[in-house]
Amino acid sequence: MADVTAPPGALRRFVDSDVFYSFRRSKVTVVAAIVTAIIVIGSMLGPWIAPHDTYDVRSLNLLDAFTPPVWSEGGNPSYLLGTDDQGRDVFSTILLGARVSLLVGFAATLFAMTLGVLLGLISGYVGGTTDAVIMRIADIKLSFPAILIALLIDGVARGIIPRDMHDDLALYVVIFAIGISNWVAYARTVRGSTLVEKNKEYVQAARIIGLHPFTIMIRHVLPNVLGPVLVIGTLGLAGAILAEATLSFLGVGVPPTRPSLGTLIRVGNNFLFSGEWWMTIFPGVMLVVLVLAVNLLGDWLRDALNPKLR
Amino acid sequence: MLKAAPSRGKFLGIDKDARPFVRVEGLSRYFDVSPPLLNRVLEGKPRQILKAVDGIDFAIGKGETFSLVGESGCGKSTVARLVVGLYRATDGSIEFDGHDFGRMTTRRAMAPIRSRIQMIFQDPYASLNPRWRVREIIAEPIRAYRLLDGDKAINARVDELLRQVRLTPADGTKFPHEFSGGQRQRISIARALASNPEFLVCDEPTSALDVSVQAQILNLMKDLQRELGLTYLFISHNLAVVYHISDRVGVMYLGRLAEVAPARTLFRQPRHPYTRMLLDTIPDMDMTGRQRNPVAGEVPSPINPPTGCSFHPRCPFANDRCKVERPEPIRRGEAFIACHGVEEGRIPDGPIGTAQAA
Repeated sequence: MADVTAPPGALRRFVDSDVFYSFRRSKVTVVAAIVTAIIVIGSMLGPWIAPHDTYDVRSLNLLDAFTPPVWSEGGNPSYLLGTDDQGRDVFSTILLGARVSLLVGFAATLFAMTLGVLLGLISGYVGGTTDAVIMRIADIKLSFPAILIALLIDGVARGIIPRDMHDDLALYVVIFAIGISNWVAYARTVRGSTLVEKNKEYVQAARIIGLHPFTIMIRHVLPNVLGPVLVIGTLGLAGAILAEATLSFLGVGVPPTRPSLGTLIRVGNNFLFSGEWWMTIFPGVMLVVLVLAVNLLGDWLRDALNPKLR
Repeated sequence: MLKAAPSRGKFLGIDKDARPFVRVEGLSRYFDVSPPLLNRVLEGKPRQILKAVDGIDFAIGKGETFSLVGESGCGKSTVARLVVGLYRATDGSIEFDGHDFGRMTTRRAMAPIRSRIQMIFQDPYASLNPRWRVREIIAEPIRAYRLLDGDKAINARVDELLRQVRLTPADGTKFPHEFSGGQRQRISIARALASNPEFLVCDEPTSALDVSVQAQILNLMKDLQRELGLTYLFISHNLAVVYHISDRVGVMYLGRLAEVAPARTLFRQPRHPYTRMLLDTIPDMDMTGRQRNPVAGEVPSPINPPTGCSFHPRCPFANDRCKVERPEPIRRGEAFIACHGVEEGRIPDGPIGTAQAA
């Protein structure tokens, strides 16, 4: 994120940087990055590379339901990882499901990040009563489990939104619910860094020329507190993907017509004991691999940006 | 307190008829350092007020360099921050070229004055935003005050500023971490000059620098003063630096001024016992091999300052009056001294401390 704003020559400096060096040195991180890249690109291109359009109900053939993976007995070569109870190709649903999972994960993380960074900046920079109010709200938020808040918001949203709009808005409700339950980590970290930065002389130099406090926060303080945010954001992305899967598994997440990995696991779970293991295992493995890879990237980033561990 | 008896001159030290460029009167800044409310209620702890600056007066003429010296924690940096508007004064006034800067509250009202006042900070490693290029750092005041239009004009002005502080325009594209401490301080000065200020507040601008670089920066500041007719308020704890650069010097002790005098007078003929103790600590060639008298004792806490003259616990000449009555400034030639001993003529000449120590 910091590199986006960097001026020309940024690529060169990035390749030469300590961060990139530590990236090359860590094989686990390189593998994690490649796996993440494959999953992200694969799911982005999902609608084009998936062998079947599982969103198109007319293309489904119920007679193909419960087909096992190709290598098992009774497998069908056109369904690589088998089909589910409605005859949907599992491989295609995973590609499209990972797309939904990633979309929700990214959007929720971005939302939580924006909200948290903004509140943290204001809290740390303005201080006083504003700081106390924001931080007490954060404390209250922390005393509830995040998933509970997400469930609560989801439930309330279902009550407010008219029934026929549920499916259209469900995705946004999930993004909002996960985002709102994760902003505290960003707010606290940013507040801490802001408290340090705001007393540095470059911020005072900006105050002397009479810049608006908001301008100072965005232009001076923000770029200098973003490092830790990037780390929390990466780890938070894995958390958000898991949270979405949890909500969908519980049946309050995204609608089953556009299933995410969590929805796939839930649906498949019903057939686990009747022998159709592929319906739930493959999406599950996909989820584990994705979350693990993102988490490994986050761990590496945390260490790479921590000067004490170099 | 502001209306002191006329015979007891204020610490303005400037001709009463001349309108000083900067005039500070009765300036005070108290900080509330009380424990949190809950602790006060539960543990019965009292409110605590730290009087960082406690009623000081001085005036600075146009083109003059006025220095404030004192030990750590005497409030000199707080004065600097008050004068540039980083802190609001608890009491007193700050007048800048006839405008009551200290009482302005809105950014809009302060803007025209702000562009004429700038500050140079102590730590050149913290005073430049590490993520900005030097060109952007220097151009920021120009953009903030909309002094010039268009990137071309701004770039030309930044080049000029860089040359003015003896750097090259090519340095503008670098980041602050690519420079040494002295070079960074030059960048700070270039930035401070960007809005064509008339008054520069320098908060220990050389104390974070290598000794060999200090002189370069001081000479640069003197050159710039001559070229641009700048007025300086110079904060330092380094007496040699102060002697080098100042026209007049104010000695601060625990948030108050002990003595204000022209630099030469102050260094040749210090009158206040505190000033004399400070000057005794300067090493010089004549003193080689001789026992020096360190400044005795420590600065008392400004939360609980001594009664009367706040210097009395450390002063070898203190008597009962000093313990009770706060001294008002008196005039002796060009110097103003806040000391009962000087007023009563009971302070002997010669180095102090030696007689006392024996």
